[in-house]
Amino acid sequence: MPDLLLELRSEEIPARMQRRAAEDLRKLVTDALVERGFLYEGAKAFATPRRLALHVAGLPARGEAVREERRGPRVGAPDAAVQGFLKGAGLASLDQATTVTDPKKGEFYLAVIERPGRETLDVLAEILPGIIRNFPWPKSMRWGAASAQPGSLRWVRPLQSIVATFGPETENPEVVPFSVDGITAGTTTYGHRFLAPEPFEVRRFDDYVQALERAHVILDADRRKDIILHDARDLAFARGLDLVEDDGLLEEVAGLVEKPVVLMGSFDERFLEIPSEAIRATIRANQKCFVLRKSGTEELAPAFLLVSNLVASDGGAAITAGNERVVRARLSDARFFWETDKATKLEDRLPKLDTIVFHEKLGTQGERIARIAALAKEIAPLVGADPALAERAARLAKADLVTEMVGEFPELQGLMGRKYAALQGEHASVAAAIEEHYKPVGPSDRVPTDPVSIAVALADKLDTLVGFWAIDEKPTGSKDPFALRRAALGVIRAVIERSLRLSLTALLERRFAQAGAERTADLLAFFADRLKVYLRDQGARHDLIDAVFALPGQDDLLLVVRRVEALGAFLGTDDGKNLLAGYKRAANILRIEEKKDGRAYDAAPDAARAAAGQPEERALAEALESARAEASAAVAAEDFSGAMRALSRLRAPVDAFFEKVTVNADDPGLRENRLLLLNALRAATREVADFSRIEG
Amino acid sequence: MSDADLSPTRSFQGLILTLQRFWAAQGCVILQPYDMEVGAGTFHPATTLRALGPKPWKAAYVQPSRRPKDGRYGENPNRLQHYYQFQVILKPNPPNLQELYLASLDAIGVDLKLHDIRFVEDDWESPTLGAWGLGWECWCDGMEVSQFTYFQQVAGFECAPVAGELTYGLERLAMYVQGVENVYDLNFNGGEGDAKVTYGDVFLQAEQEYSRHNFEAADTAMLFRQFTDAEKACRSYLDAGAPSDETGRHRMAQPAYDQCIKASHVFNLLDARGVISVTERQSYILRVRELAKACGAAWLKTESGGAAAA
Repeated sequence: MPDLLLELRSEEIPARMQRRAAEDLRKLVTDALVERGFLYEGAKAFATPRRLALHVAGLPARGEAVREERRGPRVGAPDAAVQGFLKGAGLASLDQATTVTDPKKGEFYLAVIERPGRETLDVLAEILPGIIRNFPWPKSMRWGAASAQPGSLRWVRPLQSIVATFGPETENPEVVPFSVDGITAGTTTYGHRFLAPEPFEVRRFDDYVQALERAHVILDADRRKDIILHDARDLAFARGLDLVEDDGLLEEVAGLVEKPVVLMGSFDERFLEIPSEAIRATIRANQKCFVLRKSGTEELAPAFLLVSNLVASDGGAAITAGNERVVRARLSDARFFWETDKATKLEDRLPKLDTIVFHEKLGTQGERIARIAALAKEIAPLVGADPALAERAARLAKADLVTEMVGEFPELQGLMGRKYAALQGEHASVAAAIEEHYKPVGPSDRVPTDPVSIAVALADKLDTLVGFWAIDEKPTGSKDPFALRRAALGVIRAVIERSLRLSLTALLERRFAQAGAERTADLLAFFADRLKVYLRDQGARHDLIDAVFALPGQDDLLLVVRRVEALGAFLGTDDGKNLLAGYKRAANILRIEEKKDGRAYDAAPDAARAAAGQPEERALAEALESARAEASAAVAAEDFSGAMRALSRLRAPVDAFFEKVTVNADDPGLRENRLLLLNALRAATREVADFSRIEG
Repeated sequence: MSDADLSPTRSFQGLILTLQRFWAAQGCVILQPYDMEVGAGTFHPATTLRALGPKPWKAAYVQPSRRPKDGRYGENPNRLQHYYQFQVILKPNPPNLQELYLASLDAIGVDLKLHDIRFVEDDWESPTLGAWGLGWECWCDGMEVSQFTYFQQVAGFECAPVAGELTYGLERLAMYVQGVENVYDLNFNGGEGDAKVTYGDVFLQAEQEYSRHNFEAADTAMLFRQFTDAEKACRSYLDAGAPSDETGRHRMAQPAYDQCIKASHVFNLLDARGVISVTERQSYILRVRELAKACGAAWLKTESGGAAAA
């Protein structure tokens, strides 16, 4: 079966776009083929800095023939109908049509239209130009003389040539005949820019890959990554060092070279006095180089690994020396930042934060820090932290944003603050909180343990939420520019993982300048949503969370979670399942009767009347009274399992009641009291949750 | 002075002369620096204005570039508030612009068999000029030595055709080819012994003085005034030169654009003095951009901008 080889060679494609572009190319071409009825055995796409390539294997040489029957008018129909039929079916005369006999309607004309399958080559020539013209690059450009005209070809960088061949393994494939904006598909390509500057011919995928290798181009990005990783580990090992692995950096450098050559450079040992994170950030961000550790330790070694794109005639000596120069200059800068930063105390940086706007409607960073400090101080006793330490930590938590180091490497925020705090002799908890108050950053990040860190982390996140809620900048759909969902999840995880008791209403309501109650309720609903997502990931039922949040005053996330857990356990027992069934039955009857009577049965049942009724009726009335009181007391004591146990005792009397007692008794007084009993059941379950929200 | 002293690897001026000869051979007009303070070679009207309109254009020139905030009182070996860019603009960009650029590196003594040259993504944008383009930082052994940009838009107008722009950081390249670690140690004239003049001999005192000026002394009241004056003048020259005769052409696009350049530099000085708040900053940038756009629009109505006589 024939194969397609397609190569789109351009000037250097940004590393971050290559993988996605290869995947887009594969999907667009194969989808277009399948849409036209052309199936294939396999397809794989590749990218280097200078080319996208696609191999589609096992395509048919031509498409399936299509046979279509078109039914015409009755034999002997008026001429106009016959002519219309002939025209529509593309026939010259009735001689080309056959007739068929329909047992009911007589004889009809029938046209059999047969279309041979199209040549795959032609179909490819038809679909490829459109795919190239409309390729979904995140950013594309025009270039050259052609760009004087509107509608000229756009590509990520200038497109230089196209290879497109199609044919079976045993024969010379054919060129797919098309051109785009003056670039005609052919069989000529180029290898490595410096190591193999001469053009060469390719025929099909197998010889293409080999020819590229001979021309110093490794087509497959994953192979380039493997080569880099193995060479890097080997080079490190030979010097008694460990590579600090970095997947993001590996992916990026594999997209910057067609021929990876790993080289080791070194720098002056004295630079190691700079915090290792800053050394790594400098070397990674500016130089796209890997750092190394002294074998078996956490300590950085004064060396780095660079990935060049050249097999140099001097073995890489000049390249290494050049990179060392740049690393030296960068580390000198980093050391300068470190030394300069140490000369200014964190609190002396605060006035600068007063001049920096955090958000147009939420004031300066200085104002924000004041709010966070007040909130951290208030939260501290609730989480077992020293209020003075929490306030101090919060006041210094953002000071490193105006240090030179963080200005240069924003990803070091918090960490540098911690180092500067430790150096100026701050309490260990204060220093730790400066780094840890950003945590947890993502779902896999850990929640801090130090209570001071917790207090500041909560204050920071809650202040952000309150702020953006106050100005109606809530997340919508996929848009969450201020990462508010992450902030809420951070609060939830801290509360649950550290078993913290916080009444959010009491903390938040008065922080809104206006509409505090309404906005706090809205924010709590947001927390409920986030909690649902969080608990669902942990395997909890979302309906149980709804059932608990439906009760008034649920603003203590830890209690909500505990109640959900107890409820889930209870509903897993036979007693729980039966009580839920009894509840549903009671609620149904009430709904129907309340509607019929046009009134609510929401008063307490009359004990004397129940006592005068059937024994089951009396037993239920007594059981309800004691269960409700017991459940209520248990809830008040935050003993949710106890509350569930109390309710479980209702199962037998409820079952007996439904078995023996007719609710809709003829005696209206009896009927009313029985409905009130059912309502009492509804009320008793509401001590622990709104059972109407529970499914099943 | 012998020819050898003017080799690009021996002297700073030799590097400049080599690049000028190289690009002259490609048909560029070799211009002199624009006689105003600018933040980058792109501001030279030979780039900003000539990038607009349909007419072909090839030029190369050195442009002293002023970045008041980058002053380090002469104490940093790599950072200067005044440095040189070598700027090349080719409209439309020839199809082999990357090859030409590499040949120019070879010409200044960068052996392409020994050095690792890379084109690393860098999308260029100038908010003050209302301009953007796609291209790369060009790396030599891990050091950024040039910017390579295909202009897509300038002064808010689509470039048709697109121009290719190359900007060489001359001090960095010279340090590299001379093997010098400190910019002030660069050999400027190629002389040795008593005849040697270094970059420091020429510019160290200036860096110290201008750093003081930029950060401590620049008269902010005057600068605020100058900003407003330049903005006003730009508008009034644009009005005064607006098409009025039978040609339908604008008659004062370039003098107006000078005032846009002026406003931009004054803004940079105010910024260095730290008297512009974060929120104000955005509005100043926007004001300069509006001037640049208006000048670009006027330029497109001139003969060099490609406007046919009515």
